Amino acid sequence: MTTTATLKHVRYVLTENPVTLFAFGLFGFILFCAIFGPWLAPYDPLATDGAATLRPPSAAHWFGTDALGRDIFSRVLVATRLDLGIAFASVILTFAIGALAGIAAGFFGGWVDRAVGRLADTIMAFPLFVLAMGIVAALGNTVGNIVLATAIINTPLYARVARAEANIRRNAGFVEAARLSGNGEGRILLLQILPNILPILMVQCSLTMGYAILNAAGLSFIGLGIAPPTPEWGILVAEGAALMISGEWWVALFPGLALMTAVFCFNLLGDGLRDIVDPRRRT
Amino acid sequence: MLSLIGKRIVSAIPSVIGVLVVTFVLTRALPGDPAAYFAGPAATPQAIEEVRRSLGLDKTLPEQFVVYIKDLATGNLGNSIATGQPVLTEIRTRLPASLELTLYGLLVSVLIAVPLGVLAATRPGSWIDHLCRVVTTAGVSLPAFFTGLLLVYVLYYRLGWAPAPLGRLDIFYSAPTTVTGFYTIDALIEGNLEIFRAALAQLLLPVTALAVFTLAPLARMTRAAMLEVLGSDFIRTARASGLPKGKIVYGYAFRNAMLPVVTTLGMVFSFLLGANVLVEKVFSWPGIGTFAIEALVASDYAPIQGFVLTMALLYVMLNLAIDVLYIVIDPRVGFES
Amino acid sequence: MSAVPVLSVDNLSVEFRTRGGIVKALERVSFTVNKGEMVAIVGESGSGKSVTAFTVMGILDAAGRVSHGTATFGGLDVLQAPEAVMRDIRGREMSMIFQNPRVALNPIRRVGDQIADVLLQHGNVTRREAPQRAIEMLARVRIPDPERRARAYPFELSGGMCQRIMIAIALSCAPKMLIADEPTTGLDVTTQAAIMDLIAELGAEQGMATLLITHDLGMAAEYCDQIVVMHAGHIVEAAPTADLFAHPRHPYTAKLIAATPKPSVRLRDLVAIPGNLPDLRAAEIASCRYSARCERRQPRCDQALPHVLGEQRNSMVACWNPL
Repeated sequence: MTTTATLKHVRYVLTENPVTLFAFGLFGFILFCAIFGPWLAPYDPLATDGAATLRPPSAAHWFGTDALGRDIFSRVLVATRLDLGIAFASVILTFAIGALAGIAAGFFGGWVDRAVGRLADTIMAFPLFVLAMGIVAALGNTVGNIVLATAIINTPLYARVARAEANIRRNAGFVEAARLSGNGEGRILLLQILPNILPILMVQCSLTMGYAILNAAGLSFIGLGIAPPTPEWGILVAEGAALMISGEWWVALFPGLALMTAVFCFNLLGDGLRDIVDPRRRT
Repeated sequence: MLSLIGKRIVSAIPSVIGVLVVTFVLTRALPGDPAAYFAGPAATPQAIEEVRRSLGLDKTLPEQFVVYIKDLATGNLGNSIATGQPVLTEIRTRLPASLELTLYGLLVSVLIAVPLGVLAATRPGSWIDHLCRVVTTAGVSLPAFFTGLLLVYVLYYRLGWAPAPLGRLDIFYSAPTTVTGFYTIDALIEGNLEIFRAALAQLLLPVTALAVFTLAPLARMTRAAMLEVLGSDFIRTARASGLPKGKIVYGYAFRNAMLPVVTTLGMVFSFLLGANVLVEKVFSWPGIGTFAIEALVASDYAPIQGFVLTMALLYVMLNLAIDVLYIVIDPRVGFES
Repeated sequence: MSAVPVLSVDNLSVEFRTRGGIVKALERVSFTVNKGEMVAIVGESGSGKSVTAFTVMGILDAAGRVSHGTATFGGLDVLQAPEAVMRDIRGREMSMIFQNPRVALNPIRRVGDQIADVLLQHGNVTRREAPQRAIEMLARVRIPDPERRARAYPFELSGGMCQRIMIAIALSCAPKMLIADEPTTGLDVTTQAAIMDLIAELGAEQGMATLLITHDLGMAAEYCDQIVVMHAGHIVEAAPTADLFAHPRHPYTAKLIAATPKPSVRLRDLVAIPGNLPDLRAAEIASCRYSARCERRQPRCDQALPHVLGEQRNSMVACWNPL
């Protein structure tokens, strides 16, 4: 497909599917909050106020205040950067490990394929969230380990997609042509195969982002990784969890909504990108 | 078919070995001194040395692995520091609570997702198709713990329809005699409908939270599979033979479309077992998830290891069951080239 | 024997709604299939032959719409008949078999049961009789060891065997007409002849009318009494087989005949037909759709639909400058 045809197709998908356009807009907004959140927050997210604890949403505190009188709006806004950062970091890590291992497996076949496959199967033999819990518990309760655990559990999915796509292309015309013109296998892998399957992997990235955010938030919800009082959506929801029974709904609701919106955005974006990259796989 | 099932069971062995190796490595990957971890935060140096020897941590890694396997074979998963109980006993008493939650979650999820997917596929572009799209995209975006909390606020605090989110049974009731460990089933065996109803009421909210989360992949796969099957050549043949619509959709298309859906069940179980941990925390459910979270907070490592191992073995077995089911319903398995 | 028409298609036009606009897939298509006769519709892929068959069967995609014309079958216009009536006709009075038989059968249902399903639907048989009747049908389509084969799944059978199963399903209720849509596509060459022989033989036995959809003019010549040549949604010529081969009148027919392999002609003497099918999306093509590829093109070919020559429906040519 030529560039103009691609652009035309992108425009077609966007106008045909306003939901995708909406997802792009939402993504821009979330990114904006992540970058400028700390400057936009009306209060210091860590500042407690004994005189204004558990206040419901008001003009002064849009999302209300928590048990220590901290402004929930500021905390939710500031948390965006950390949650998005964890998800981005883990997806990039997953991408690096999963895509390379998968492409190598699909391209070379043989023992490389078997080794990667066995490793992926072993990871997939665990319920993924449970494995992430085990990894963080074993390696230590740090943000870095949350990133690592989230990356590890997502790797098999990437490797599988990359393997299938590379396998289809290992004897494609353009690969044969590159081979005949004297290119080494490693060079072909990086310069011919990788660029060709990049779009499909990017779609996978977007879909995994949502799952990565959920996973990281889930881990911190049960008390792993990020330590209070650092604002993070999972922790914020956990802080408000017990208050739901006594009716202080706003403490958990707003961070939960933020979490949901971000995941929702990445899922929509992934579906939209898939329509753009590979119209045949629409479901 | 039996030999196929046998082969599949044998093929689960590498997964089990993989699980054992990974849990072993995770134990040994503990930062600092594993013996200190296992002995707990309040242990004296002598106690730590004691633990080191009893765990065989003074031996080489391969030797330790052999010891680890031997311990597992005899059901020795170590002791929980917090409760002093053997981990195996704790897990054995708590597992039914988790399983009851998981299986009801799956049941509700399947009962909603499959009809929704089928209806969406047979009426493309209709309101139910759009509903399916919304549910599948929104469902995976809702963290189960958040859904759970919303349900608690609305149905318990606001409306008072559901009981307090505090465990498997209201404190006014006593648990039925243990037969299966599933309160709903045990209550029925006892013939005590009141306890059955009470147990079901406690299950209502956590099960809904789990189902909402796992609905999405199932409904999505059902819809996609139905659409693909309905467009296939053999459905055209069935239409050209004048078979009625019901027979075509439910007799011919549905059975074929269920094959990929059964395959997705593996992923759904992975979702479910993970979400289960979070939902248990929200509803103070006395399952193995809560057990593991309590242990995590206390850096009590043996229970965590036991928990990860139990969940993984459970998952391997569930996947095995799914594949056996697949072998039973698809005559083609094992014949294709 | 005087000809008794079983299916009579008159001025049939079908449109498809697509992203790129409305496609006029069929325009003013007319032909007749008589009792005991085998008629072939011949044309390239995309010429509208399968669309014709699907329309008559009433199993056209939702995107397709009959914009004009009638199709009379047993005194009934099947294009206007309600779905409930059509469902009863399909498989009982008018049956259809398809190409690629291995994927045209339900992969996870035993073939005997698939035949029994149709018998139970249309054939006045009880649930207890159905399996036995299915086995009898398997024997009729010359499947050896029918009792055992009835219990087989499609993937356990060869393509030829699956096509026999499909014929058994189609003929289980002794229909008045069979539509065979490229029935030998996807089969071995040796199997192709056997399947065609079987269709011809059973058709003759039952006095059935058969409509053969094919791109293979040679096969049409061997088995059919009448040949209808389609190009880009138009019928360009129709004639009894012998006449068509002796005196093709439409330039496209002549080219098709020249492009058909025969024992007497060497491969390099076969003539390819230049050009492709025209874009049927063009808003109004009220002219000859072959003109762009035609060597005998005249100015008026691009201006109006060709005049139809020939007094009989099954002996006509649509061309301004026939051979």
